[in-house]
Amino acid sequence: MTAATEATHVLLAGGHKARQRKDRTMTVLIWGAFVLAAVPLVSLLWVVISKGLHRLNGSFLSHSMRNVFGGMDAGGAYHAIAGTLLITLGASVIAVPLGLLVAIYLVEYGRGPLARAVTFFVDVMTGIPSIVAGLFAFAVFAIFFGPGIALGVMGSVALALLMTPVVVRSCEEMLKLVPNELREASYALGVPKWLTIVKVVLRTSVAGLTTGILLAVARVVGETAPLLIAAGTTASINFNLFSGRMMTLPVFIYDQYKQGPVPCRAGAAGVCIPTINYERAWAAALTLVLIVVVLNLLGRLVTRLFAPKLR
Amino acid sequence: MTTTPTSPAAPTAERSPRRRPRRHADTERGFSRVFRWVTTSAGVLLLLVLAAVAVFLVERGWGALVASPADLHANGGLPKQYGNLLAFIGPLVFGTVLAAALALLLATPVAVGIALFVSHYAPRRIAGLVGFVIDLLAAIPSVVFGLWGTLTLSPVIAKLWAWIADVLSAILPGTVNATPTGRSLATTSLVLAIMILPIITAVSREVFKQTPRLHEEAALALGATRWEVVRTAVLPFGRSGVISAAMLGLGRALGETMAVLMILSPGLGYSFQIFDAGKHQTIAANIAANFPESAGLEVNTLIATGLALFVITLVVNMAARAIVARRKEFSGAN
Amino acid sequence: MSQRIDVKDLNIYYGDFLAVEGVSMAIEPKSVTAFIGPSGCGKSTFLRTLNRMHEVIPGARVQGKVELEGVDLYGPDIDPVAVRRNVGMVFQRPNPFPTMSIKDNVLAGVKLNNKRIAKSDADELVESSLRGANLWNEVKDRLDKPGSGLSGGQQQRLCIARAIAVKPQVLLMDEPCSALDPISTLAIEDLIQQLKTSYTIVIVTHNMQQAARVSDKTAFFNIAGTGRPGRLIEMDDTSTIFSAPREKATEDYVSGRFG
Repeated sequence: MTAATEATHVLLAGGHKARQRKDRTMTVLIWGAFVLAAVPLVSLLWVVISKGLHRLNGSFLSHSMRNVFGGMDAGGAYHAIAGTLLITLGASVIAVPLGLLVAIYLVEYGRGPLARAVTFFVDVMTGIPSIVAGLFAFAVFAIFFGPGIALGVMGSVALALLMTPVVVRSCEEMLKLVPNELREASYALGVPKWLTIVKVVLRTSVAGLTTGILLAVARVVGETAPLLIAAGTTASINFNLFSGRMMTLPVFIYDQYKQGPVPCRAGAAGVCIPTINYERAWAAALTLVLIVVVLNLLGRLVTRLFAPKLR
Repeated sequence: MTTTPTSPAAPTAERSPRRRPRRHADTERGFSRVFRWVTTSAGVLLLLVLAAVAVFLVERGWGALVASPADLHANGGLPKQYGNLLAFIGPLVFGTVLAAALALLLATPVAVGIALFVSHYAPRRIAGLVGFVIDLLAAIPSVVFGLWGTLTLSPVIAKLWAWIADVLSAILPGTVNATPTGRSLATTSLVLAIMILPIITAVSREVFKQTPRLHEEAALALGATRWEVVRTAVLPFGRSGVISAAMLGLGRALGETMAVLMILSPGLGYSFQIFDAGKHQTIAANIAANFPESAGLEVNTLIATGLALFVITLVVNMAARAIVARRKEFSGAN
Repeated sequence: MSQRIDVKDLNIYYGDFLAVEGVSMAIEPKSVTAFIGPSGCGKSTFLRTLNRMHEVIPGARVQGKVELEGVDLYGPDIDPVAVRRNVGMVFQRPNPFPTMSIKDNVLAGVKLNNKRIAKSDADELVESSLRGANLWNEVKDRLDKPGSGLSGGQQQRLCIARAIAVKPQVLLMDEPCSALDPISTLAIEDLIQQLKTSYTIVIVTHNMQQAARVSDKTAFFNIAGTGRPGRLIEMDDTSTIFSAPREKATEDYVSGRFG
């Protein structure tokens, strides 16, 4: 090496030790942030799976809590799963058409102050505390049915209030992805605007819309607080949204947890399990997490498999 | 330019009296007009629903707002030690805000770190994995977080809190208590922090990704290290975005019910003993805890507290969204 | 089945901004008319007013008359949707519907309008339209494949087939070759020559050689400066425009001394 290359090498090798150290420290800290976030997730998933698997079986999924008391080795979440499915379905029936129409309004028609107001308040609505949604459903129904009312459909109303802004947001994003050129191509063929929207815009974005809706369902299916207030708790199976209280999976988890350990008489081992309520809570939690994860994966898969190629 | 015969008097034509503006509406016929009407009504309906939420809550809460303290004491579930409704709501608001603020304090730095990690540090594949982890975290129902927080986390973290409390007791005047069960505000806030991490991360990440490439390259060309690029180009650009992301997280933490309800051992008062049990309660958890056993005026009292929560979260969210909206207008990053 | 277009004193506005001013011209049936001019001179904007496509942009409106065989397209009882069915359009970038097969793309004008069509009629229409667009031989074996799988030039010819399948009187083309390679461009130009025997064709192009090759008449648009409205400077037989234009601006532009 000549003296010149030596000098250049020194120059290029850089000598800012302090700056490099700081850069490295920050890199470590930023990687650390990621690890820090992963720790609770891993712990949570591990605990839910390991504790939940114990009791998650056919009997748990096919029995309600009717006539189950104390530390009995019986009972399950059938009524809660049915309630969750029904109430979520009810919420979707309200929220999906409304949310989709609002999204269409915002993307295809929305201009001026009304559209700006809708956009802004959709965002604000995403921040409504879930318990307030429950109170709202109660307040509406209490006016017509008197105090102390709790129905499955009230839960649906509460969840719909939480779900609609999510549906609007995600559908809006998907509709915006449809290139304007396709709309123009359709107009140029003499297709009226509403048919263009239905047959070109919605048809092109249907996979994305499905994903958005599935993710919105996944978001509300785990809501607890509003259902605690609006749909109440029960130990029995109820398939009627419009009559009587209805158990749901998240509320079931909370309810089982709240029951706490069972005081068993000495010598009752085998008949009486002290931690039976917690076991049911974990099993129900695992069921709920599985439902949510499946909905999420399904949503992603739909887009990946069925979305048309857009430039 | 050329010498085209464009007359300089051209603009006068713009104000000609023949001008008849053609609006969208008269170019749409038949079902297209119906469709426009239907979708617009949906937008209006959404605004009406939000207004209805406020109206119904006020209507139901009104009974408690106008009732006399004596009536509230007798029938409204108001504890005897509070002279009136406001004195009762006060500690609840304090507990709600304290829990949410602590959660925010814990979550924001980590969330910003993860957002930077995804946008500027991680290799592509790992960035995808992080996105998945964050999405999964966002998808876990709050009741499951509550269950995990109270049955798994609390007993473990209690030892850490006890140690911190010992250290703090030595430094600060007075004693800092720590509950051996771990069911304190500190644990609650920690779980809340984990729960609001995804939303803060997601919004910050979007903002960081919008950093103009030119700014970053300018910093790199000046010989900046990666961290210096982040500090000089990315963070200043994303500051308001991070603030609004944090406020969105705050809004969520304020309204979170189940995790608080299941973890926190409740108590009503103004206290900074965050490691102790039975010192705090939040509005949302208080409603969920007492609503099923309430009737008559008691329900109205709870709804009145719910109204307070609604107003607080509304203000926080509107402020956050206003910041985001203003940012969009001014950033030319497209 | 081609018709003439007469434009009288047309002003085009975006909101309060006057984009194109005072255009009057006659477009002959069964001929190719080319619009040339620098970027931003309003030739595409003007083209879109010929089938009321400009109304898709909020705030856009016109003043004056556009007559198709003497009928004002902007008359009070005229449906813009029907106008577009009679005046077809092909766009800058090929835009086949990504969710539809080649066949369905050709039939899009029929299918999207919820019209019923017998299968034999549909097959016939698909074949005649694709033959009309010189695409039949290339795609007849894969009519059920998505249109997005074709090359850019083929996609553009598919879009032309789609446009002529609704049997329009007039065909508007907005720089149909600007996104294509030279060979695909030649194929489209040949097609335009064939199509003019049955349609009135109006084409916007940036490429002066193309205008000289394909058109019978040429209209030159210009703009005096940014913020000023675009105007029609001169319209004449293509040979006249390119050899002996009346206006100096036209001469400067076609001889490349401009912009």
